[in-house]
Amino acid sequence: MSVEVSEQVTPQPDVIRAPLVRLRGIRKYFPITRGIIFQRRVGNVHAVDGVDLDIYPGETVGLVGETGCGKSTLARVIMRLYDATDGSIEFEGRDITHLKGRALRELRRNMQMIFQDPFASLNPRKTVGSIIGAPYRLHGTVPRNKIKSEVQQLMELVGLSPEHYNRYPHEFSGGQRQRIGVARSLALRPKLIVCDEPVSALDVSVQAQILNLLEDLQEQFNLTYLFIAHDLSVVKHVSDRVSVMYLGKLVEMAPGDTLYRNPKHPYTGALLSAVPIPDPDLAAARKRIILEGDVPSPIDPPSGCRFHPRCPNAQLPKCSEEEPELRPFHPGQVAACHFPLEDRAVIEATGG
Amino acid sequence: MPEPLLEVKDLSVHFPTEDGLVKAVDGVSFSLQPGETLGVVGESGSGKSVTFLTVMGLVTSAQAVIEGEVIFEGQDLLKLPKDEMRNIRGSKISMIFQDPMTSLHPFYKVGYQIAEAIRTHQNVGKREAHDQSVEMLRRVGIPKPEERADQYPHEFSGGMRQRAMIAMALSLNPDMLIADEPTTALDVTVQAQILDLIDRLRAEFNASVVIITHDLGVVAEHCDDIQVMYAGKIVEFGDRRDIYYGSHHPYTWGLLRSISRLDSASKERLQPIKGLPPSLIFVPPGCAFHPRCPYVFDRCRTDIPKLLPTDGHHASACHLTLSDKERIFEGEVVVRR
Repeated sequence: MSVEVSEQVTPQPDVIRAPLVRLRGIRKYFPITRGIIFQRRVGNVHAVDGVDLDIYPGETVGLVGETGCGKSTLARVIMRLYDATDGSIEFEGRDITHLKGRALRELRRNMQMIFQDPFASLNPRKTVGSIIGAPYRLHGTVPRNKIKSEVQQLMELVGLSPEHYNRYPHEFSGGQRQRIGVARSLALRPKLIVCDEPVSALDVSVQAQILNLLEDLQEQFNLTYLFIAHDLSVVKHVSDRVSVMYLGKLVEMAPGDTLYRNPKHPYTGALLSAVPIPDPDLAAARKRIILEGDVPSPIDPPSGCRFHPRCPNAQLPKCSEEEPELRPFHPGQVAACHFPLEDRAVIEATGG
Repeated sequence: MPEPLLEVKDLSVHFPTEDGLVKAVDGVSFSLQPGETLGVVGESGSGKSVTFLTVMGLVTSAQAVIEGEVIFEGQDLLKLPKDEMRNIRGSKISMIFQDPMTSLHPFYKVGYQIAEAIRTHQNVGKREAHDQSVEMLRRVGIPKPEERADQYPHEFSGGMRQRAMIAMALSLNPDMLIADEPTTALDVTVQAQILDLIDRLRAEFNASVVIITHDLGVVAEHCDDIQVMYAGKIVEFGDRRDIYYGSHHPYTWGLLRSISRLDSASKERLQPIKGLPPSLIFVPPGCAFHPRCPYVFDRCRTDIPKLLPTDGHHASACHLTLSDKERIFEGEVVVRR
């Protein structure tokens, strides 16, 4: 994927700033080995396969895709929890792809993560106070005798009662636990927070509370979010720009409303048309693009456009032979498709 | 009106615990017609799962105090001896669960697990049960069912596992299928496939279906009737048009307003229900929803509202007057398009 193409990926025209995070050609392959003593490499899982993405300060970039499309792997590569196989990551203009040791730890102050499962991401043997205070102890940004009051302020900020400082995670509901996760990620006042499916495990009524909380905190602390989810309605709701990922590649990126009105990639169209509509008449009226089958294996991804075996618009042999590049459509929109959808093709089908 | 397939009368399920009595289900009555799809909606801890686990006879805690009647095809399931209940479970009523990974046994091949269910209830040989299980996998839309039947659950994707669970649940041609959050753990695309599949099979097998969910968005297309539960009680009941185009309970309004809709503007603020569902040990007096209700008035704090029908079918448990409910729904809840 060339650099020229990615430079067309501009955010809203009024924002011309240096990106906070700049990804170029990110690849992450996981080796598949056979044998116990002599491990032979027999193949690779192409989890992320050449992603260019810019995230600008103060914006929320949404990342959607089905299970196994590489969205969480990409998040972990950005967080430097995995080392990229290829490509470069820049944070505030500095190349952090190969940062190690102390420098890496200092970098982590600036980027934090909120995880999907509020049951698995909190240590059940630690009190809430010590979970939220852990970043302070590890990084020493706050003197030890001040930690408690700082933590209680954080708890108040995210809507937890500070008196619950000494309670354990099991005493909280799912939504409250997610608030604990949010408080922990805020402790070091990071610039970037990567939210990996932060509301998927929660009830709809609680999802709305957490989404509003994230929005408030963004305003208050000028945070930048990378927001990952499989549900396009949630992602569209919170994001300035939405990127759609399929089998390790970005297939489309656009401002949320553009994406909803004029999706270009048939995969985006299919995702949009799968979102449940809380309105029986609209739901009955729409024509759905139903995708057959599951996402193919990332071990041996399909040739050409990776979506062609499931694509309702695929025209062979072009789609199976030539890999489409990201190209611009509406302002701020890029998509990688040889035969893109017409404007309003999906919205009319959904009766909107 | 035909004889209902299932009629639940004044069902209560209470669990005594060290901290006090947990009133998981508290005086619930409803009925289900043959071939109908019922949506049961509510937050975690509203008693929706416990209600249907009780119907299935799966509340086995020795301390549980179960009262009321569960009439299924003319007999009270709560009074049946265990072995007769076991015959009904699976062959007449079956259930699929939220997490298809934990409800399939990881050590046994998928085909074997389905065949096992068939052989438990029907007097058929191994070979024939296996063939039936392959046929069931085919009917739920699994490609190459002969090969798939010989694979283990870990070789299936999430959506495929849920299909296999549905195949198992329908293998004995039950009259009623209970789906407890069948799509919560799945991708949106797969979710749509699974719900369509349940719809199709309902017609094919002529079964009644109960879909339990926390998301009103999911059931809009697939349910005839919807019942909304809160703190162990039914707070609103109606057909889907009643619920989506004229609901009468502030809790239902809250659920509708919490959904992020694709057609709303980006970054528009959601209006969640404030606060948390109550502890089922200390249910608030009066209307259990009153501490979270924006329209609360004095009577709500003392009197428990009854589930009263406004017309033949649609019923809600709220002290607001009908005209107030209609005004508020039109003014504040109805979705702008």
